[in-house]
Amino acid sequence: MTAMTDTQSDQGFHPSQLIYDTRYRSITIQIIALICVLAGFGWLINNAVTNLAAAGQDFNFDFLGNVAGYDINQKIIDYDSQMTHGRATLVGLLNTLLVAVLGCITCTVIGVTMGVLRLSNNWIVQKLATVYVEGFRNVPVLLWIVLTMGVMIKLPPDPRAFRSGDASMILWDSVAITNRGVYVPRIIYEAGSSIVVGVLILSIIGIFAFRRLARKRQEATGAILPVFWVSLGLLFIPVIIAQFVMGSPVSLQNPYFRGFNFTDGVHLRNSLIALWLALSLYTGAFVAENVRAGILAVSKGQTEAAAALGIRPRRIMNLVVLPQAMRVIVPPMISNYLNLTKNSSLALAIGYMDLTGTLGNITRNQTGREMECVLLLMGIYLILSLGISSLGNLYNNSVKLKER
Amino acid sequence: MTKSVFFGALATAGLLAGAASAQTLAEVQERDTLRCGVTTGLVGFAAPNEEGEWEGFDVAICRAVAAAVLGDGSKVEFIPTTGSTRFTALASGEIDLLARNTTWTFSRDVDLEFEFAGVNYYDGQGFLVRKDLGVTSANELDGATVCIQTGTTTELNLADFFRANDMSYEPVPIETNAEAQQQYLANACDVYTTDASGLAATRASFENPGDHMLLPEIISKEPLGPLVRHGDNAWGDIARWTLNALIAAEELGVTSENLEEMAAGTDNPEINRLLGSEGNLGEMLGLSSDWAVNAISAGGNYGEIFEDNIGADTAIGLDRGLNAQWTNGGLLYSPPFR
Repeated sequence: MTAMTDTQSDQGFHPSQLIYDTRYRSITIQIIALICVLAGFGWLINNAVTNLAAAGQDFNFDFLGNVAGYDINQKIIDYDSQMTHGRATLVGLLNTLLVAVLGCITCTVIGVTMGVLRLSNNWIVQKLATVYVEGFRNVPVLLWIVLTMGVMIKLPPDPRAFRSGDASMILWDSVAITNRGVYVPRIIYEAGSSIVVGVLILSIIGIFAFRRLARKRQEATGAILPVFWVSLGLLFIPVIIAQFVMGSPVSLQNPYFRGFNFTDGVHLRNSLIALWLALSLYTGAFVAENVRAGILAVSKGQTEAAAALGIRPRRIMNLVVLPQAMRVIVPPMISNYLNLTKNSSLALAIGYMDLTGTLGNITRNQTGREMECVLLLMGIYLILSLGISSLGNLYNNSVKLKER
Repeated sequence: MTKSVFFGALATAGLLAGAASAQTLAEVQERDTLRCGVTTGLVGFAAPNEEGEWEGFDVAICRAVAAAVLGDGSKVEFIPTTGSTRFTALASGEIDLLARNTTWTFSRDVDLEFEFAGVNYYDGQGFLVRKDLGVTSANELDGATVCIQTGTTTELNLADFFRANDMSYEPVPIETNAEAQQQYLANACDVYTTDASGLAATRASFENPGDHMLLPEIISKEPLGPLVRHGDNAWGDIARWTLNALIAAEELGVTSENLEEMAAGTDNPEINRLLGSEGNLGEMLGLSSDWAVNAISAGGNYGEIFEDNIGADTAIGLDRGLNAQWTNGGLLYSPPFR
């Protein structure tokens, strides 16, 4: 083959070589494919522009500055119907972030627990974990979301049942579980509460400092300090003293029933709870499989060696197996977090006002700016996902095998 | 990989290209069916019956237009749309006509680029509550949880109403009427709000309609009507004048019973022009001369359609009210057929 091409190159370049000469063929095919793809996209964009012009619609984002006119039930920042579509979009984005962050935390906890339990030696525990994983992993998440919402609406009593005495609040009258959501106490900060909060922050810093000290001490002398109990004490005792000394500036306001609904508490809407729960359980099943795979990827010799050194089983898991398993677990975890964040857009099905609900639904529909809204929506989700994966990659770099 | 991307792009571009055409009449005639957007299910206005046939007040408009254009009121493909998908469906050319309790507003007409063919039901936004809630006026709803369908004018009216009256409320946004019913009946919301006619229809489908009532306040004007895309005036004229033909037929006393007899020719020149025995109105629309006869025979005149689907004798039991002929103190007033 080489000999043949060599003789051809001596005779100068001929166009047929673009197809028949192996040196050029792959480049030729790639260039043709590239031109086709670019032409396809060009036609697509041209088509959209022509059709928008034919329908008499321009392409601009001015509508984001117009008054939205609609209300949003769950708002983390201040919002009312007289604010702009841009503000409504921001409220929706924060709601998306809220459910994504909550979901990522709980799916990790559920997933790690279930993944470890699937490897348990206890037959019942192991099978229960298997049923959980297979059950959630193999049913579309939309169905889980709708089912959870249906249960949240049908099962708990409605708020009026609390007035008539057919239902009562739990945990010393502080939490009301209704079919409109769960009402929990609100924290009230009065004068002097900044000192209590300051003490809390100092305590947390103190805990980290103590843990560092304990680790250094252990590395130097081998003596193990009672880290857990000291941390617990550091967290609670100073804050309780500060609260007592300042005359209870931080207090809890229980929700109470007035008019149509509970007021004065924090309202966790059932759309938030349903979405959060369903996404966590669904993604947790995938996380569990990743964790199981990661643990199984650690050679059995590691466990046996640790056992031979006399380390207790729980410590073997925490100190020997899991740190090594993390290298296998972390990369697919990032993609699970991404999935959870993107799946949160199914909130539309149960009326949770996330980014898709505000910008992608109401704003799009009231302004008629489909193209702009959908492109903006895609752009925001893209940035969100890229942000999550770069954070994940940072963490991955810190735990991955470092070759020195 | 690159190949599949390319074909994907081709397919998408093909879909987009469908939207640009302005020849709706020719397309409908060639396809031999009318694609009509209706609600996902609102008894009395548009819902499938036991046999799976769509029927209702809005459905009758679809059938009348199909009959006028194709000569057969059954040549309709009904496409259920939600409050938030309907405009996209119409703008993209997925449907030819939207008859889905859609309020005629300035921004929908001018900014969203649609053409309203007229008003087939004069409505207003109302509130449905349980009688045992003890509320007798919408002004007592401070703090209530309200179920609303998203993507509708009711959402905006509601925000305005509560703001103007300095009251607070908890909106529960819902995609379809069926889900709203489910939440309302489970007491997950105190109030369900939408157009009063829709509330009456919804209430009629409850197990115990007597336990629920409409509050007296009507907080908005909601002229509901069929609509088409901007830019195809010939098709817009067909929709507009089919609706007018149904209204004029009632005014002139043309019913599905005496239709054949009147179509043969009468002493009244206006009836003759409407039914095609005199003049060439059908030809001007690009339709056959008996277009209006076909439209009326599909479901009767406006009054008959009203009484059959949502009138006082049906479970929904709506009075004619504003929807009576102008001669009876209502607002229905068809321009002359001349």
